[in-house]
Amino acid sequence: MTQKLLSKANRRIVKDGLWDNNPITFQILGICSALAVTVQLKTALVMCAALTFVLAMSNVIISLLRNMIPSKIRIIVQLSIISSLVILADQFLKAYMYDVSKQLSVFVGLIITNCIVMGRAEAYAMANPPWKSFLDGLGNGLGYSCVLIFVAIGRETLGSGTLLGFPVIPQFLYDHGYVNCGVMVLAPGAFFLLGIIIWIQRAISGYTEEQ
Amino acid sequence: MFEEFLEKRSKKIRRLFEKGKPLERLYPLHEAMDAFLLTLGTKAKKAPYARDSIDIKRVMIFVCVALMPCIFMGFYNTGYQIQMAQGEAYSFSGCLWLGLLKVLPIILVAYMAGGFWEVLFAVVRKHEINEGFLVTGILYALILPPTIPLWQVAVGISFGVVIAKEIFGGTGMNVLNPALTARAFVFFAYPAQMSGDAVWAAVDGFTRATPLAVVATAQKGTSAVAALTEAGYAFKDVFLGFIPGSIGETSTLACLIGLIFLLVTRVASWRIVAGCALGLTAMSSVFLVFKGENAIAFFSLPVYWHLALGGFAFGSIFMATDPVSSSATEQGRWIYGFLIGVLVILIRVVNPAYPEGVMLAILFMNVFAPLIDHFVVRKNIKRRLARASGK
Repeated sequence: MTQKLLSKANRRIVKDGLWDNNPITFQILGICSALAVTVQLKTALVMCAALTFVLAMSNVIISLLRNMIPSKIRIIVQLSIISSLVILADQFLKAYMYDVSKQLSVFVGLIITNCIVMGRAEAYAMANPPWKSFLDGLGNGLGYSCVLIFVAIGRETLGSGTLLGFPVIPQFLYDHGYVNCGVMVLAPGAFFLLGIIIWIQRAISGYTEEQ
Repeated sequence: MFEEFLEKRSKKIRRLFEKGKPLERLYPLHEAMDAFLLTLGTKAKKAPYARDSIDIKRVMIFVCVALMPCIFMGFYNTGYQIQMAQGEAYSFSGCLWLGLLKVLPIILVAYMAGGFWEVLFAVVRKHEINEGFLVTGILYALILPPTIPLWQVAVGISFGVVIAKEIFGGTGMNVLNPALTARAFVFFAYPAQMSGDAVWAAVDGFTRATPLAVVATAQKGTSAVAALTEAGYAFKDVFLGFIPGSIGETSTLACLIGLIFLLVTRVASWRIVAGCALGLTAMSSVFLVFKGENAIAFFSLPVYWHLALGGFAFGSIFMATDPVSSSATEQGRWIYGFLIGVLVILIRVVNPAYPEGVMLAILFMNVFAPLIDHFVVRKNIKRRLARASGK
């Protein structure tokens, strides 16, 4: 236990979630919310913050309690911890960012069912100390956020011609007949971009699905 | 003399592209040009290039030849629609010329943009360029409305080639038909330029509903044929192709001429085409029989109109028979074709959002083609096992 807080091994935990074991591009989890909230960058950013918060905190709490949770009812315990945190995040958004919270509608509440949160609790926090679990939650949350932000940037610029609500496609392009790409506002647009991101990542890392 | 000269030049140029030479990386490009102009000196190394004496190059070029009547009608009808919209006197050569000016840029852009990706992937992956793109490019151009902006043509074919084909591993590996996928992308991405009443004649501000749109918007309980006649559509014009629509698909007659060529040369599967027609006939008959007193007008459209209207002839003859994305077993082809026909009618008649359903029906069945094959093969194995074990 003499390890430093940000030792190489611990930094590795964060990096794992960001790249090698990215929850979206590698584990293909959390796709539902990745499709739903990425039409605009603003909603995506808020969603990323909420999920990263819930993921890191739930990992810490579950890790603290890991020796006390009876294994037969562990899912119920995990779920009640996660849902308390989600309600906390939801109430916070309602109080301070009401319009974004309205746009996100049920999707903040649905973080409870987000496979990433449950997955990390089961796979990591139940077997590791709190600090490491926190880093793991942070890494996975940030990995999720990175992909979501890329997808949202692509969808908002191509689909609506704006970024965070500001127009980014110059007017003269519209004057010359440029039209926003309607597909990007629909869910398939997110699938296409996600697919391309996964393609690029796997081309760089050289990973292939085992036969 | 001339041939010898060509061959000598070709050999000289070839040296530039050999291993270790400056243009080594562009070898696929050279190979494609060479094979295009001269007969290939080498033989195909891998299946499924060689089966019988027919190879992928000949198949693809035969499809292009079969498309000639449709291309010609595409030129002519595009010009014809312009002249009609402008209310000018019709002249044969005038129509052809106007259409040529409108359609040729679309075909060229489709070939250039798609060809760019083909060459790029061939160079990066170090394989040869396949002739398959010759067909994809022209098919895609023929199923677009003549007014489509050229940059959208390029975006669409780029999507079709990269996402529908190259991601899956290139020619022969694609699940979906690349040309149709490209059109579907443009259709959903830029609906204002791909559907509605204003895009079918290349004259600004001119609108005329296509026959299918006429039927789709006709009053409930009225007769579809009466609505079509009122809008000025006679069956003869619909069959011959003098109606507004996508560039190459309006003429059922031209498609049928192409079909005869494809069947004589045994390039297309007659089972798929027959299955499509059968499925369409069956489903539209069901609607005809069971239409109620106050049914939507589409219910009352007779079968022969359904067969001639929209992109059905073009789709079932040239797109559904794509050897890569269709079923490969004989029984499977019947099922695959039949279900395409059924789906076309279901989308046309029952779904008010889309007056035409050929594109979506074929793409949908492309996805199911491997599954159909799987069950057909399984059934065959079961039958033969039973016979072998003497039960």
